[in-house]
Amino acid sequence: MGLFDKFKKGLEKTHDLLRTDIRDLFKSEGQLVDEEFLDGLFERLIRSDMGVKAGQEIIDEVRTAYRGRVVEMEDVLDTIKKKLKELLAQPADPIRFADSGPTVIMVCGVNGCGKTTSIAKLGQMFHEQGKKVVLGAADTFRAAAVEQLTVWANRLGAEIVTGPEGGDPASVAHRAVARALEINADVCIVDTAGRLQTQQNLMQQLTKIHRVLGKQIPEAPHEVILVLDATTGQNGISQAKHFTEAVQCTGIILAKLDGTAKGGVVVAIRSQVGLPVKYVGVGETADDLALFEPDPFVEALFEDVEAIK
Amino acid sequence: MFESLQQGIGSAMKTIRGHAKLTEGNMRDGLRLVQQALLEADVSFPAVKDFMARLTEQALGEKVLKSLRPEEHLIGIVHQELINLMGPVDHSLHLRGDVTVLMLCGLQGSGKTTTCGKLGRMIHERGRKPMLVAADLQRPAAIQQLEVIGGQLGLPVYADKEATDPVTVCHNAVKQAKQIGAEVIILDTAGRLHIDAELMAQLERIDKRCNPEQIYLVVDAMTGQDAVNSAKAFNEALELDGVIMTKLDGDARGGAALSVKAVADVPIKFIGTGEHMDALEEFHPERMAGRILGMGDVVSLVEQAQQKLDQDEMAKQEAKLRKGEFTLDDFKKMLGQTKKLGPLNKVMGMIPGMGNMADALGDVDAEKDMKRLVGVIDSMTPEERRNPTKTIDQSRRRRIAAGAGVEPHEVNELVKQFTGMADLMKRMSSMSLRERMKTMQQVAKGGMMDPGGRLSKQKQSTGKRLTPKERAKQKKLREKEKRRKKRDEKRKG
Ligand SMILES: Nc1nc2c(ncn2[C@@H]2O[C@H](COP(=O)(O)OP(=O)(O)OP(=O)(O)O)[C@@H](O)[C@H]2O)c(=O)[nH]1
Ligand SMILES: Nc1nc2c(ncn2[C@@H]2O[C@H](COP(=O)(O)OP(=O)(O)O)[C@@H](O)[C@H]2O)c(=O)[nH]1
Ligand SMILES: [Mg+2]
Ligand SMILES: [Mg+2]
Repeated sequence: MGLFDKFKKGLEKTHDLLRTDIRDLFKSEGQLVDEEFLDGLFERLIRSDMGVKAGQEIIDEVRTAYRGRVVEMEDVLDTIKKKLKELLAQPADPIRFADSGPTVIMVCGVNGCGKTTSIAKLGQMFHEQGKKVVLGAADTFRAAAVEQLTVWANRLGAEIVTGPEGGDPASVAHRAVARALEINADVCIVDTAGRLQTQQNLMQQLTKIHRVLGKQIPEAPHEVILVLDATTGQNGISQAKHFTEAVQCTGIILAKLDGTAKGGVVVAIRSQVGLPVKYVGVGETADDLALFEPDPFVEALFEDVEAIK
Repeated sequence: MFESLQQGIGSAMKTIRGHAKLTEGNMRDGLRLVQQALLEADVSFPAVKDFMARLTEQALGEKVLKSLRPEEHLIGIVHQELINLMGPVDHSLHLRGDVTVLMLCGLQGSGKTTTCGKLGRMIHERGRKPMLVAADLQRPAAIQQLEVIGGQLGLPVYADKEATDPVTVCHNAVKQAKQIGAEVIILDTAGRLHIDAELMAQLERIDKRCNPEQIYLVVDAMTGQDAVNSAKAFNEALELDGVIMTKLDGDARGGAALSVKAVADVPIKFIGTGEHMDALEEFHPERMAGRILGMGDVVSLVEQAQQKLDQDEMAKQEAKLRKGEFTLDDFKKMLGQTKKLGPLNKVMGMIPGMGNMADALGDVDAEKDMKRLVGVIDSMTPEERRNPTKTIDQSRRRRIAAGAGVEPHEVNELVKQFTGMADLMKRMSSMSLRERMKTMQQVAKGGMMDPGGRLSKQKQSTGKRLTPKERAKQKKLREKEKRRKKRDEKRKG
């Protein structure tokens, strides 16, 4: 299965729901765009978790363009798509590798969002690209977090650097990069413990890890990935803000998009924090990762609606 | 954005009142703000719609439109409606006389395994014998995770590393429990998507085989609109008995609580407020309602304060505070005023973020403590009350203690706390209400202050993770403190 297919698989449920919803809105021929119509449309947007602000912006646009008119559905859809694409506009944004030496990737996020699994997925992707990978188990806090990453390392055939339970995560991160340098690895991915963005001590700890990495290799970490659970609501905005403040995130992996959650909060994050989505996670195995592309993402949300017309 | 809900509504109404009388159309602006706040808090759209329908009916009634402060009235109704929707509470685990099986289920990463440990701890503390069951055979090292947690808590964990079928694991665990005399069995199932038919059927099989007394859905407080989809599916498959909402130690508004309640209609039992095993609290709809609205229960607290407190007296004290003239006499008056608001722990519970503190006070008789404090102050001379730190020496201390029927060191403690408090009050007096609440919360989190007159137990996690060394040190300190207390008691008795 190609990456794009996987990506679509992940989105299928998402747009199945949206498709039916939107379709309901449009009776066979045209429909009058009045406040009731707009309210119904608003509901559909909100249900994607894009938030009141982004949803309202889209509605305002539709209202200005169509109010009081009887419309064909593709006109309205085009407007919505255009708006969403504008909001999400970015070139596809895969991992950017260091010019020379190992590329260091730091992965962070709130508790249980899918960090460790996403690392396994990235590792698998690099492995397929013929790259040598070192994993750093810098989650020294959560019960059996090291064992979890070790299982993945063994499955991938990647080397892993661990530390004692309850030990200093920055020192594990440091040793992981040192090991990557030593064995000439292409990529070093550092796992971190889940933390809520409001916990100042823990956010400072994250900043420290970031700093330690930068001391070893001046440009490191080359990528700082924020993993975001697709089921997350508006709190995702706060997550993006605070993690970016603490460690200058370079992009998002949107995990668990294989459920019915739509992950629409990335729309709000994009417009308020500016953080792009790099990949989406669409399952629990190491293969379930796909590059995020905004245009097909938006198109995929609505393409069946058009097919039905 | 959330914080300004009340202000937003207030100013919406004010503009209105500026030029004309309050009308239905104007009220709708206020209502729109309420709707927005609920959506921003991640309450599901259908639940918000229902809610708004009911609210609108009430808000457009004569009573609200004609009230003196319609914005406060409106917020009051919103608040009460939210409480009604999220209640009634039922914190019981429905433990039976013989063996009780509890089952946890939910999406991936929602906090099931951690909650399994927390529940085990709670049950153990209540004098029952729990056993944790590692029924997640999916996630790498899930079994080890539960084993580590069980080890930390000193609780038995049933695990079978060779097993491939979680149904069998659960079934065998129940048999094993009887052998080792465990009374409560908690099944930690693997996280799964509610649309994964195969895995949902597996949960149903566990349900049939083990016949759990209670099945709880573990929901992440950060969940957005999707909460209704998953809760509905889990409830249809398993007939849930309750919900546990996790990760409420962050800044998530937790609107999912309403969404889940709306589709599953089972009580929300507990909330998780941290990664540590003691971070499990009973769910309280009032606090949650305040949180969703982003205002704690401050509104009703302020309302009550305005109604019941002597405003002149409060103003006088505030002025004194600002000038640094606050004395023990004023302190005593303030204690008296505070009492008018109701039982102390109830008052504390109304302040957002202070829920823990109310709990900490729970097993302390705050009222009695307060009486003792007043007794101590009453035994002082006016000069001593004005300037306690300078005047009270050893002999005076003994005299005051004898007069109040307390130990001399308690007099010392009071003076120390008073100085700390007066200091804090002085700083707070120049702050806005919001800032004050925030300071209070910080103080509460730091476990520094306790208006009941003792050092409070610190419960809320600051997110600091202790190294084993630090933990050992703390344990030592605690033990030392225990020994000291025992010695003290002996001396007294
Ligand atoms: N369905 C699905 N499940 C996922 C996905 N990514 C991760 N998970 C699951 O979510 C759960 C948590 O994933 P982890 O990778 O352990 O998350 P984490 O962020 O490392 O968690 P902590 O380290 O405990 O904070 C596991 O059960 C994973 O299998 C995904 O894209 N889809
Ligand atoms: N901050 C916080 N983290 C929690 C809470 N409950 C669980 N967690 C964390 O969330 C992550 C996932 O929890 P886990 O119990 O493994 O979830 P499971 O996959 O549902 O079993 C872990 O990192 C836990 O430490 C909570 O109430 N607050
Ligand atoms: Mg992890
Ligand atoms: Mg688990």
